[in-house]
Amino acid sequence: MAWVNAVIQGILTGGLYALFACGLSLMFGVMKVVNLAHGDLATVAGYIGVGVIAATHMPFLWSVPVVVLAMAVLGYVLQRSMIQAAISRGELITLIVTFGLSIVIENGLLQFFSADTRGIGVGSSLISASFSIGSQIQIAWLDVVIFGLAVVVLLGLQFFLSASKYGRLIRAVADDREAAQLSGADYRHVFGIAAAVAFGTVALAGISYGMTTVIAPTTGTDTILLFAFAAVVIGGLGSLWGTLIGGIVLGVAQQIGAQINISYELLAGYVVFLAVLVIRPQGLTARRSES
Amino acid sequence: MTDATARSGKNLKVTRSRRNVAWTGIGTVIVVAVLFVFPFYISSGTLGIMVQALVVLTLASMWNLLAGYAGLVSVGQQAFFGLGAYFILIPAMHGLSPFASLPIAAIAAGVAAFPLWWLLSRLRTGYFAIATWVMASAIALLIEQIQSIGGGTGMPLPGLTGWDPAVLTAYTYWAALAVAVLAIGTVYFLLRSRIGLVLTAIRDDERAARSSGVKVGIARMLVFVVAAAGCGAAGGVLAIDLLQVVPTTSGGVFSVQWTAIMAFAAIIGGLGTIEGPIVGTAVYMVLQQTLQSHNAWYLIILGLVAIGVALFARRGLWGLLDEKFNIRLFPVGYYLWAPGETRRWRRNGSAGAGRPAKADASS
Repeated sequence: MAWVNAVIQGILTGGLYALFACGLSLMFGVMKVVNLAHGDLATVAGYIGVGVIAATHMPFLWSVPVVVLAMAVLGYVLQRSMIQAAISRGELITLIVTFGLSIVIENGLLQFFSADTRGIGVGSSLISASFSIGSQIQIAWLDVVIFGLAVVVLLGLQFFLSASKYGRLIRAVADDREAAQLSGADYRHVFGIAAAVAFGTVALAGISYGMTTVIAPTTGTDTILLFAFAAVVIGGLGSLWGTLIGGIVLGVAQQIGAQINISYELLAGYVVFLAVLVIRPQGLTARRSES
Repeated sequence: MTDATARSGKNLKVTRSRRNVAWTGIGTVIVVAVLFVFPFYISSGTLGIMVQALVVLTLASMWNLLAGYAGLVSVGQQAFFGLGAYFILIPAMHGLSPFASLPIAAIAAGVAAFPLWWLLSRLRTGYFAIATWVMASAIALLIEQIQSIGGGTGMPLPGLTGWDPAVLTAYTYWAALAVAVLAIGTVYFLLRSRIGLVLTAIRDDERAARSSGVKVGIARMLVFVVAAAGCGAAGGVLAIDLLQVVPTTSGGVFSVQWTAIMAFAAIIGGLGTIEGPIVGTAVYMVLQQTLQSHNAWYLIILGLVAIGVALFARRGLWGLLDEKFNIRLFPVGYYLWAPGETRRWRRNGSAGAGRPAKADASS
């Protein structure tokens, strides 16, 4: 029964990892940018949430749209300024700039908020509520809600990309930037919109993580970025639903590892990641090899 | 230059440098000799700072080799740095002198790079970068599982107790100097060899290089292994300097902070030149020494400066100097002298990102 529990918990955690991963995947799919500051930006979103709640005393769920909006604006601004400047100077510069951003954010948070951990919505009934299946399996409502949120976000992204005006523009620019530009699409603005959407999902990831456990300045790199990346690679580069499958595989692997020995939790996840890299570098969902 | 002169080739001259190489060679020897006698004249405290600087210089040179010459952005070099430190600790626990183990640390880190390259080479650019980070994280987790070498808390380095502190500092300094000189020397001779040409070919046009039979994968692997060995040796020096090995907790050998430092120093100084990391290390040390009482501020400022340099002066501080004065202490490229030209030379607008315009001597 303990194993069944591990698998169920792993699947639910997979939803959170998919939330981590879809922004990374979207930025790469559209701008070909691998954002090394991805995790730290999610942590920033978490801290904004903590700050907004502390400053306005609003119910913590109300802070979610505020943070998402703030991060979307930040995403657009950052894309139009720093990231766009980096993109036009090549891949190497883009990586250097986002890596620099990552280190600056992490140490900035450390400087201003200390290394203390913070939680979002601590003590609220939604955070602590759970239900039981049988006598040994206890499922937190929060995990179910986050899994549902991940599915809704992925459905929303798919609908946005395939049916909306901006979604079509984003796909057009991602496919062929020059041709899209010749047809009158300002690719810089489209990139900005895509970044805003990606940062919105990043905000959800950061807040969700802050609710399930706690955030600290180093959370962004040692957890969010690496798990997001592992989920992206396991699921297949550039595949939106692949991030959910990758997240679930990663989550289940970690929970099973933790069931064997609590200190194997993270290691088990990386072992699966490396195994996928060796056996199926194109990921579990990709049809043909691209890398 | 017209086709005709190129074909006749009579008046053309190809050299490694615009200036006489002998002078820079002698200069290098003098600088190293002066650095060698430092311990006899300066205080232990200053010497300690010099050790840090030499460690950073070694790391920055290795990162420059990776990113500036092979186009490999690794943000997981702390893996090899940490392994180097542990490969000083483990032989020391079995009675070997930490100084004698430095070659072991370098070789072990280099050997570890082979299987990791086999895994990492499946991914390109950005994904390669994050994968190196995952790799470093996984290695740190593995090491932390081994309780006999300190587990998650680390261990003091045995084998150096009872040394006179001043003598120990001097020996540590010489070890750090030897590692740094060897590291820069290796980069210099590697780039002057066939590998240097191969890397230039890859940088200019990877697809063209590949289709003309250049072994792109092998050249990159070699660079990755050399950089791992260099970072391993630097990690070994740090273990000796601190007399302890701590895995991940604040300032530990597996902290991503080390990669940040080496990358920022290399970028600020200028990627794609051997001189760049030297300048970058100097900038880093000045920032670190002036801001060290303000906790994380030096990394924040260093990061912001690195971003600024990457965006607005991509050839770094050395690149700015080079553009003005056309200096090159470590010539690894070639200069093509136009017929009759002897002295002044105007920079070609299309000169490459890192090094001067190169001419293929065989054509």
